[in-house]
Amino acid sequence: MQTEAEWKFTAKDIAEKPDLFLSGHRACAGCGPATVLRLIMKAVRGPTIVTNATGCMEVVSSIYPYTSWAIPWLHTAFENAAANASGIEAALKILKKKGRSKHEHVDVIALAGDGGTYDIGIQALSGAVERGHDFLYVLYDNEAYMNTGIQRSGGTPLGASTTTSPAGTVIPGKLEHKKPIADIMVAHDMPYVATASPYYWRDLLVKVRKGLEVNGPAFLHVFAPCPRGWRSDPAKSIELSRLAVETCIFPLWEAVNGEYQLSTPSKVFALAPQKKKPVKEYLQVQGRFRHLFTPKFEKLTEEIQRVTDERWKRLLKKCGM
Amino acid sequence: MKSVVKQEVLALNGDEAVAFAAKQSDVDVVAAYPITPQTIIVERFSEYVANGEVETEFVCTESEHSALTACLAASVTGARAFTASASAGLALMHEMLFVTSGCRAPVVMAIANRALSAPLNIHGDHSDTMTERDSGWIQIYVENAQEAYDSVIQAFKIAENTDVLLPVIVGLDGFTLSHTLENVHVLSDDAVKRFVGTRKFINVTNHEGRTVPFKLDPDNPTSMGPIALPNYYFEFKRQQEEAMKNALKVIQDVNKEYAEISGRSYGDGLVDAYYVEDAEVAIVCLGSTAGTVKAVVDELRAEGVKAGLLRIRTFRPLPVERIVDTLKNAKAVAVMDRSMSFGGNGGPVFHEVRHALYDADKHPYIVNYIYGLGGRDTSPMQIRKIYEDLQKILRIKRVETRVQYLGLRE
Ligand SMILES: Cc1ncc(C[n+]2csc(CCOP(=O)(O)OP(=O)(O)O)c2C)c(N)n1
Ligand code: SF4
Repeated sequence: MQTEAEWKFTAKDIAEKPDLFLSGHRACAGCGPATVLRLIMKAVRGPTIVTNATGCMEVVSSIYPYTSWAIPWLHTAFENAAANASGIEAALKILKKKGRSKHEHVDVIALAGDGGTYDIGIQALSGAVERGHDFLYVLYDNEAYMNTGIQRSGGTPLGASTTTSPAGTVIPGKLEHKKPIADIMVAHDMPYVATASPYYWRDLLVKVRKGLEVNGPAFLHVFAPCPRGWRSDPAKSIELSRLAVETCIFPLWEAVNGEYQLSTPSKVFALAPQKKKPVKEYLQVQGRFRHLFTPKFEKLTEEIQRVTDERWKRLLKKCGM
Repeated sequence: MKSVVKQEVLALNGDEAVAFAAKQSDVDVVAAYPITPQTIIVERFSEYVANGEVETEFVCTESEHSALTACLAASVTGARAFTASASAGLALMHEMLFVTSGCRAPVVMAIANRALSAPLNIHGDHSDTMTERDSGWIQIYVENAQEAYDSVIQAFKIAENTDVLLPVIVGLDGFTLSHTLENVHVLSDDAVKRFVGTRKFINVTNHEGRTVPFKLDPDNPTSMGPIALPNYYFEFKRQQEEAMKNALKVIQDVNKEYAEISGRSYGDGLVDAYYVEDAEVAIVCLGSTAGTVKAVVDELRAEGVKAGLLRIRTFRPLPVERIVDTLKNAKAVAVMDRSMSFGGNGGPVFHEVRHALYDADKHPYIVNYIYGLGGRDTSPMQIRKIYEDLQKILRIKRVETRVQYLGLRE
């Protein structure tokens, strides 16, 4: 096992490291999840197997007979990425015990979108974590079911217009708040939970590596803008990944054995609250929130600000700040 | 036939016989979820694990969907995987049955056949597995606990044969077999281990153009379970059908090979014909009911009636030629179905057998009896009545009622 100091996730190292998520996939221009995958794969530490839930990232990367995966990769269905990981990990364990695997250790990474995690996949995820399988679960959160055409999920934020929570003349998009999925995972008493954003790429890579090094299940919640579904400028995906942190809509933190700690990019706003940007700055550059800037629905931006502040305050308390 | 290895006789119920067979088959991963009448299988297996009697990773999942998923994932990672289920559990797995066969993962699953809700019923019938007949799994239905034991061992060898690479269901009737004690002859651990052998892998070409074993292997990366568009999907399905056809031969070979070490065989592995070659009146059925029918056939033969039984042991792949050949002298045939195909023209086994006979030289009268739903008993008297009905059909030279319900209050 390497120490944190030896990971050396400098820009130069990253650039030199070969890609394991290869180019040529069919993701849209500016796709946040695709950027996230490419980055994550730079942090793997040795023999690794990836399993992917149905969703955009599976579909764009595996169109037969092509693949973007330079390492072994498995997709089986939508709701069961964590069950795939359970089976792979169980097999690796026993094959090693019986002397039928030459690898001392193989890492297992499960990838799923918000739909495959917050909603239909939460049962398999919760079960796999309870059973303590040694794997890293990466949720790439683009805040809706994008593969099937931008439908709402439990991860879609309040006020966002999706095709199943459309902004109408009466209803202003999604009426419910985003489910606090990472906190739900912390409540599983699991060894490692963290949130990350591709703008803060080094923080993301370090967290991937930490999640892999942990003995037992690890959960990583990664913010991943989708220009197609968010009706945002494809050139602005990484900027949005920064704004989400700067507005404290998506704060970065980790919980090691249940102990919450604010990560450096978010700590800035805890120490200097005046730097925290209003959520409007984040909302107004996305078409999915366009209706919130009409007189009829403008109250909702205040509600989003209120809930963001409230959740932020609660997080600071959990982090002892 | 003489057995070449020493065998022990154990008093086991069907579920225990299945668990014992899985234990001896050197299974690497068992992922399962309890449901009556299968639960004993999981419980016994858990005991083997707890007592260190097996080298198996046991994953007690939070649902059947995850159980089969984990088996599939373990299987494509290179492990031998086993699970068991029934009824609602199998129904919850439905999606993953297709994924497992489509991924060509040779998972073996025992099903203690049980009715489907509603109304809730925990007893035996074939509604659960019949619903999965088109899921790309081989389906073997057994007559007794002995055959359940033997078939689970055979199933690994059939599934993992590189000409097949398909998952296998071994169906045993809920309660009638799952919970009833029988004397079961068991082989030695060594004999079973040798018979089943170790898993072999076919080679495929990966994205780098290299020839690699068909499994998840960090040294030889492949992408498994990809998306295939209309330009490729169809070919995948056609290959699965080819594998099913190959299985017809492999099942017969394995049946023979197994007979050599155990002294036991089940017809040709596909169908079990009981006095049927020269029978004028014949019953076709699956599973444990065959035991009752055989007893009645014995009585009728003693009385001079040319009665016979064709037990379809392998329902998928359907041994069409064997069915046609075995029934070639029958003048009236009754097909027994322990499940319904609502709104269809009789039950699923009836559909299949009648359809198979369409191309036969001679067409017997053929009728359907739906029976035993939700665990309703079927008595020898009722079976006798079926043969009497068939004789009547021969006398009056016509079928009065095509589909009938056996032992039903109407
Ligand atoms: C059981 C099941 N229900 C529904 C679907 C259809 N489906 C495929 S992908 C998907 C949405 C995926 O959304 P998410 O997990 O957020 O990933 P994204 O596409 O946004 O990357 C849905 C609903 C499915 N494949 N399986
Ligand atoms: S729809 Fe969104 S998540 Fe899907 S490929 Fe396009 S940008 Fe990426």
